[in-house]
Amino acid sequence: MGYSFNIPGSRNKLRLMRKFVTEVLHEHHVSDIETNMMVLAVDEVCANIIIHGLPSEQDDFVKINIDFTQEGIWFEIVDKGAAFDILKYNEPVLDDLIKNKQKGGVGIMLVKKIMDKIEFSSTNQANTLKLYKQVTFES
Amino acid sequence: MIQVNQTTENNYLLISVEGEADASSPIELDKQIREAVDSESKNILVDCTNLNYISSAGLGVFMSYIGEVNEKAITFIIFGLSDKVAKVFSILGLDQLLTIKQTKEDAQAEIDGL
Repeated sequence: MGYSFNIPGSRNKLRLMRKFVTEVLHEHHVSDIETNMMVLAVDEVCANIIIHGLPSEQDDFVKINIDFTQEGIWFEIVDKGAAFDILKYNEPVLDDLIKNKQKGGVGIMLVKKIMDKIEFSSTNQANTLKLYKQVTFES
Repeated sequence: MIQVNQTTENNYLLISVEGEADASSPIELDKQIREAVDSESKNILVDCTNLNYISSAGLGVFMSYIGEVNEKAITFIIFGLSDKVAKVFSILGLDQLLTIKQTKEDAQAEIDGL
């Protein structure tokens, strides 16, 4: 069974998405720590879209779909902003960020460390990022 | 939503961080740590007992002070992380680059050289 949520295009509204994803995952007996990791990965992707992808904050929304399989969870994140393929993005080196006292740059690193599969596709209509995480569901 | 407060206690400056440190809130956190680092205080404790969530925006703020506190020989200690927040620090190995203690007493002991 799938779940969907439209996230308003404002970084102040990301907490609504986190609440939605947390509730869905808890309903499926995913542990607190694993839930938080997946919420974080989705949060990073959505924050990037809202800050960099959408024309201006609040103009549009980001859609998230969640689907469960026997072994894991698929998250599909769809937006209509500027396409950004995180698979083609070369993450900075952590030591360089620290040396340069930079405050950003680790969001996509986190997504890639947390998720097991990442797929990106883009048409002139929309961008779709699919994230998969293998999960042991608690009984 | 995040709430960041600063108080002086004993021989350290205490910053308490409450709520969620996400993409909407790094400025407030950064402002308070900046003030603390710019003060004369050589010991800064960050109480994260009531920090429920942290994303890259919050991690980035902490990361950006690693070099400066070392240069200024400031003892900068984060304590009270919940398991799930601690896990986020460890994904990128930041738990090895920052000083993280379980409790305020542990942090205090570190300052006192116990």
